[in-house]
Amino acid sequence: MTDDRLLSVQGVGKHYGARWACRDVSFDLWPGEVLAIVGESGSGKSTLLNLLSLRTPMDEGAVHYALRADGNTPGGLHNLATLSEARQRLLARTDWGFVEQNPRDGLRMAVSAGANVAERLMVLGQEHYGRLRCQALDWMQRVELDGHRIDERPTQFSGGMQQRLQIARNLVTRPRLVFMDEPTSGLDVSVQARLLDLLRSLTENLGLACIVVTHDLAVARLLAQRMLVMKDGSVVEAGLTDRVLDDPQHPYTQLLVSSVLTP
Amino acid sequence: MNTETVHTTGAPLAVAPAQSADSDYNFAFLDEQTKRHIRRALLKAVAVPGYQVPFGSREMPLPYGWGTGGIQVTAAVIGCSDVLKVIDQGADGTVNAVNIRRFFARMTGVQTTTATEKATLVQTRHRIPETPLREGQILVYQVPQPEPLFRLEPRRAQTVKLHALAEYGLMSVRLYEDIAHLGAIARTYDYPVRVNGRYVMSPSPIPKFDNPKMHLNPALQLFGAGREKRLYAVPPYTSVESLAFEDHPFEVQRWDHACALCGAGDSFLDEVIVDNAGRRLYVCSDSDHCQSRQQAGHTGSAVGEPGSQP
Repeated sequence: MTDDRLLSVQGVGKHYGARWACRDVSFDLWPGEVLAIVGESGSGKSTLLNLLSLRTPMDEGAVHYALRADGNTPGGLHNLATLSEARQRLLARTDWGFVEQNPRDGLRMAVSAGANVAERLMVLGQEHYGRLRCQALDWMQRVELDGHRIDERPTQFSGGMQQRLQIARNLVTRPRLVFMDEPTSGLDVSVQARLLDLLRSLTENLGLACIVVTHDLAVARLLAQRMLVMKDGSVVEAGLTDRVLDDPQHPYTQLLVSSVLTP
Repeated sequence: MNTETVHTTGAPLAVAPAQSADSDYNFAFLDEQTKRHIRRALLKAVAVPGYQVPFGSREMPLPYGWGTGGIQVTAAVIGCSDVLKVIDQGADGTVNAVNIRRFFARMTGVQTTTATEKATLVQTRHRIPETPLREGQILVYQVPQPEPLFRLEPRRAQTVKLHALAEYGLMSVRLYEDIAHLGAIARTYDYPVRVNGRYVMSPSPIPKFDNPKMHLNPALQLFGAGREKRLYAVPPYTSVESLAFEDHPFEVQRWDHACALCGAGDSFLDEVIVDNAGRRLYVCSDSDHCQSRQQAGHTGSAVGEPGSQP
């Protein structure tokens, strides 16, 4: 049987001083799969996301990722820690995306929407203005943004539009894995629903694998096939989303599920 | 005001005789250890074209922004047999040029000149001379801001990393923004260049008109930024390519006029208002180039008009 895992995480941990922010996390992710990481604030879920996306160096464990084959390296699972910094950064801005909770952190607020979407392409060395602009326009339309606003700055966009712009900016290089840190939590409910709808259709159509950090179990239910429940830096329960939410085993998960308000 | 005041250089094409150096100061003002330190940094800069080498910039007897970086580079490389030319905006007669030239004449006793072809060392601010430079000459630029990614990435540590990994997408973002909002790349001076196919470099605030002159230039080009404490260099015959998009190529400025004094149609022109009625002339910004052309018999449209005798 061939190993078709996209990401393999083994015993990942990070400590600040004597306290472990997150420890002994292991899971596998397959192409096109959406995994939700849920838990209360301070449970280490954002730390875990930063470790996986190589934004924070990890103290123990290893992350293997299925690199695309190129001239220098064969494809297949590689330990990310062994890659050079240049290679890691290239990976992070071509094959990966990172959607921040606050779109202001993920966008360049001082430059136009078009430049925001096309930036990754320019970093990769594309030097044809007309083609860059076409691709920016195409991606703006895919995330349901008005193409006429391509030259406006993100500051002129609403919160939901900024978030969609951020998603377009990440998807323009056709990544295979997207990390999302609470992508919908800054938005009001109707905008949230629309964004979730968009995210679901994008992940299905593009075959994106996603790791979504959220404290909102509804988001996890809607987007994710599998979920991890974290508490105090460790994973207390993992499994298919419907199984975890309908039949929670761990006392903390039971508490979490029962504390959701239903209108 | 008439055009007489446009060019106020001293005796054209003459080389001022060497005078004795002021014996109260070390040769070229800086002490020998400092000059050695700057030369060492310059060697590194020449070895890695376009790379910004940090150096211990010294306090100079003039304020930052007046050319302290350029002066320190000149002081480090100047020798007794050099012939020095100093220009500011192309002219030999402006305050900055006159004072830096006088400073070095007093501190070193070297010969000074206004003629580009007679100089072995040219310190410049804002221009490259129109007369093509030759092998063996050194062009020293005064640089206010050596970091081309300045204003795009505020963190210095981050810009160092971007240079190290040759990630210059930010610069393209800036050019993209210009085209999106203004229809063309709006930058007319300090236009970013890629040196030797590797480092993106600020050419100092020269007009983009001068950028093509840097490409494969036979002279050694040294850049000094005193306040920012950085040196960099373009060795002779090194490729210097101005950044642009494939469908928006780099272009230099063009004028509808020729120089009103010497008739040159291919030089960088300054617009000069000559009377209270707002009448204006376009004249060469490189005063040495203009005067030597006039002496060779070239005349422009303003020559011979009443009240505008050059």
